[in-house]
Amino acid sequence: MSDVLAVTEHRRGELRDVSFEVITAGRQLADATGGDLHLAVVGGDTEAFADSLNREGVDAIHTVSVGEEFNHDVYAQAVEALHAEVDPEVLLTPNSVNGLDYAPAVANSLDLPLATDAVDLDYDDGLTVTREMYGSKVETTIEVGGDQQAVTIRGAEWPAAEGVGDAEIAEFEADIDTDAGSTVTGFEEVGGGDVDISEADFIVSIGRGIEEEENLDLIRDLVEATDATLASSRPIVDNGWLPKNRQVGQSGKVVTPTVYLAIGISGAVQHVAGMKGADNIIAVNTDPNAPIFDIADYGIVGDLFEVVPELIEQFE
Amino acid sequence: MKVLVTVKEVAEVADDFEIEGTEVDERYLEYDLNEWDDYAVEEAVQLKEDGPADEVVTVTIGPERSEETIRMALAKGADRAVRVWDDALEDAGLLDVETKTNLLKSVVEEEDPDLVLSGVQAGDDAFGATGVSLADELGFQWGAVVNALDYDADENVAHVHRELEGGVEELTDIDLPAVLTIQTGINEPRYASLRGIRQAQSKEIAPKSLDDLGLDAGVIESDLDVTSMYEPESESDAEIFEGDASETAGQLAEVLREKGVAE
Repeated sequence: MSDVLAVTEHRRGELRDVSFEVITAGRQLADATGGDLHLAVVGGDTEAFADSLNREGVDAIHTVSVGEEFNHDVYAQAVEALHAEVDPEVLLTPNSVNGLDYAPAVANSLDLPLATDAVDLDYDDGLTVTREMYGSKVETTIEVGGDQQAVTIRGAEWPAAEGVGDAEIAEFEADIDTDAGSTVTGFEEVGGGDVDISEADFIVSIGRGIEEEENLDLIRDLVEATDATLASSRPIVDNGWLPKNRQVGQSGKVVTPTVYLAIGISGAVQHVAGMKGADNIIAVNTDPNAPIFDIADYGIVGDLFEVVPELIEQFE
Repeated sequence: MKVLVTVKEVAEVADDFEIEGTEVDERYLEYDLNEWDDYAVEEAVQLKEDGPADEVVTVTIGPERSEETIRMALAKGADRAVRVWDDALEDAGLLDVETKTNLLKSVVEEEDPDLVLSGVQAGDDAFGATGVSLADELGFQWGAVVNALDYDADENVAHVHRELEGGVEELTDIDLPAVLTIQTGINEPRYASLRGIRQAQSKEIAPKSLDDLGLDAGVIESDLDVTSMYEPESESDAEIFEGDASETAGQLAEVLREKGVAE
């Protein structure tokens, strides 16, 4: 019993990137445990999904044809049934919004120790998971005991699996109650609004460092002087200081400008997910250890309230 | 209906800090109400102000020190609080999802709420899993990462939005009793008023030991063992501009012109 079972994810007819990343993480782990890598595909066009997921290193793909979209009751039941069938040492799922909507329930039901948001995995006679704490300020390694474990993995930490595999693809017949108490009634795009920041060439983006809503005027002056597009990290939108269509990040927009000027943004992983594709990243932050500097091309370690007025002067 | 809110006091780490073994040295930690729980408390208090909720109770796993944080939730409008702690917890290492699930389960069973609200995650250990795990343990329904909540009293259903990645929200109907994990931005958490802070002094914070909850020390045995903690290595290869604000802004302006985005 040393196989790995990895659960894939799709939305509105398309497999999400993390489905291919979970294959890479799963294969890496299965190589260390000396077992097979099994994939689970639940709901939607399972046949087409299974074909796409049949990449190098996948040994078996189990399809469960129930429903079109994600529903946590269906996923929890399907994954629990498959877990009983495959009997893997490690269950891997994405640490996505939907992953966090069923994996903890599965772990609890099956009495599996659960480590979420893994950024690295190691196996040597037992599973070790690397996670971050305190807003990415520290990393920890955690030994996960027990005979079987559940782990959710952070997106974009493992490369997407490539190549063509020769996995055995089979429909898994699970007895699933589809009337369990939660019903997905639809989807809604958020944002819209006046500006599409994903089209912008030069983005000035502001974060918690701005401190007060009134201080946004300073940034607006900079935006005007440089003809930039204004965007922000999550807390600014949460505070209601800017509309949702200005939010860059995992739950906001993904942007790919020529220049992304991040002012007073620490660089939480959720924010970085939305802007790391910028050609040039420039960060202004008082904390030299802020994670934004890890991905920045240029940086100023300094007080935005001193730097920004000087910068405005340069363009007036 | 009764709403129970799980509230956690989280540690925040100073910009510069030292690690002792597998923990951040206590000198560099500051304690505060978990940001996500602040939104959960606000949502519960609004449910009370708007009518559906009769009582809002908070539950915390934390030492006596955490009462300061709990008072903050009481000052914002929660009616009373339960605080779970025990010498056995004092000595425990990492409180994993399973442990927290079992401790909170006992409190939920005692309080018998219709709705449990919990922050999506805690700012310190960030497991993001306890709410859903708790729901499963209780046989409640659940919804993770909720950023809009509309309770329908006639049907006893929570109409929620779940915030998915990429600017998409999922609309879901969830039967009560349920546990919802609350995302930031669902509301605007209020500041505690002076009157609220004064009133909070007389509100009940009931301490509960493992014994009180009918649990033994076995409940805190964990399969998760933190073996090391370290500062991640900086991967920065950024060109850092040197000088005073005027000089650094000048260099930045030059780069912006060079890249052709500003004139």
